[in-house]
Amino acid sequence: MHNNHSMMSRRRFAAGFALGSVALALPLPSLALTVDDAKDMIGKAVGEINTTIASGKSQTAMYGDFERIFSRYADVSTIARSALGVAAKKASAAQMASFTKAFQGYISRKYGARFREFIGGSIEVTDARPIKSYYEVISVAHLKGQAPFDLRWHVSDKSGRNLFFNIIIEGVNMLASERTEIGAMLDKRGGDIDALIGDLKNA
Amino acid sequence: MAQVIPSLSETISRFSAGCVGIALTLAVAGCAKAPTAGDVSDPAEGFNRKVFAFNVAVDKAVLQPASDVAGTGRGPILTGVHNFAANLDTPGDIVNNVLQGRLMRAARNTLRFGVNSTAGIGGLFDPSTALGLPAQETDFGETLYVWGVGEGNYQMLPIVGPSTERDTAGLIVDYAINPLRFAIKSPESDYVTGAKVIDKIGSRARHSDTVDSILYDSADPYAQARLLYLQNRHYTLGEAPSDESFEDPYAQ
Repeated sequence: MHNNHSMMSRRRFAAGFALGSVALALPLPSLALTVDDAKDMIGKAVGEINTTIASGKSQTAMYGDFERIFSRYADVSTIARSALGVAAKKASAAQMASFTKAFQGYISRKYGARFREFIGGSIEVTDARPIKSYYEVISVAHLKGQAPFDLRWHVSDKSGRNLFFNIIIEGVNMLASERTEIGAMLDKRGGDIDALIGDLKNA
Repeated sequence: MAQVIPSLSETISRFSAGCVGIALTLAVAGCAKAPTAGDVSDPAEGFNRKVFAFNVAVDKAVLQPASDVAGTGRGPILTGVHNFAANLDTPGDIVNNVLQGRLMRAARNTLRFGVNSTAGIGGLFDPSTALGLPAQETDFGETLYVWGVGEGNYQMLPIVGPSTERDTAGLIVDYAINPLRFAIKSPESDYVTGAKVIDKIGSRARHSDTVDSILYDSADPYAQARLLYLQNRHYTLGEAPSDESFEDPYAQ
């Protein structure tokens, strides 16, 4: 991450401030990911989600499917680091690794428990647009007995692959929500990351 | 997580007149303040947390058990009650549409009210949605937003739940200006209040997984509820999030 930042600074330095501002405002030319790539990637993820929803499998089996979809299409380590917030800067590499692992399990259980609400429903990708350095893919979730709602996916290739790192449901964003949650758990543990990791495994 | 949204917005139902006194005081104090952008403005957090604890106690004692009885909240009776209660709010929506200068929406809501009140048998059914006229609810809080009034500070209202100073002021005005308040006399007005209370239980039941996960499974339910309410409220108002509020974890 520091790499990106310093790359950006050098670019700004070299090209002068005006050009640098353009580089910040527009997707970087080096970014291989396009709007269509982002849309296709989420389309694939959503296709797998819809297949799982329609499969008629048991909830436990579905929950396993969703965890696999999540780990395949989401940048789990970036989401985990962002959820940990400033504490991530103090954590050791080993702590980050075990936090990330515990976080993935926690997220999968937390949201997996809710997937029964998706049975009989489907998600439809409708549009995509660039935002600053990443892309927003717009979709609509049609769930049984509910008005359709707006579901957005933020996609980046900064990890080296095209992955989503945030989901925004009718304006509510997952990163902010999990940062609040993890922050509160960490506070309860007096800032002890190892204790937090232990909590997450059981949460 | 998704289902929290309707539940939080439905939380701002208007049946609770009891807290109007407190709310009015807070709202008037707040309307003069400048708009707050981006970060959460919650200077009364200590007091708000006490009110929140009271609301959670009410949920535990009343709403949660009542909604257990109500099942999914999507059965024919509770759906009918919900349609009925929502239809009664439509005249207020129309007044607000006009005040916002959104005349097309006012026309659609008027048509909707007419169709649901007649073909929908007094609003028990919602044929309008099937006819391509889905609910477009609004409130005076949104009108204030359209008029450029700032959001003010975050508030936690007793029973009603999360709000902002702007939304609380809107809540009071909505109560005052709903045309049906003048048209419906006792005892019918009691039935209306009853329907709204039952709809509150139905709403709790419809969103039980979400509400339970926030109130009872979260490390800091107050902070979660505040975040969800504010983000979703900004979204429903159509406030485009500023570039700064976008999350770019790769730049952090």
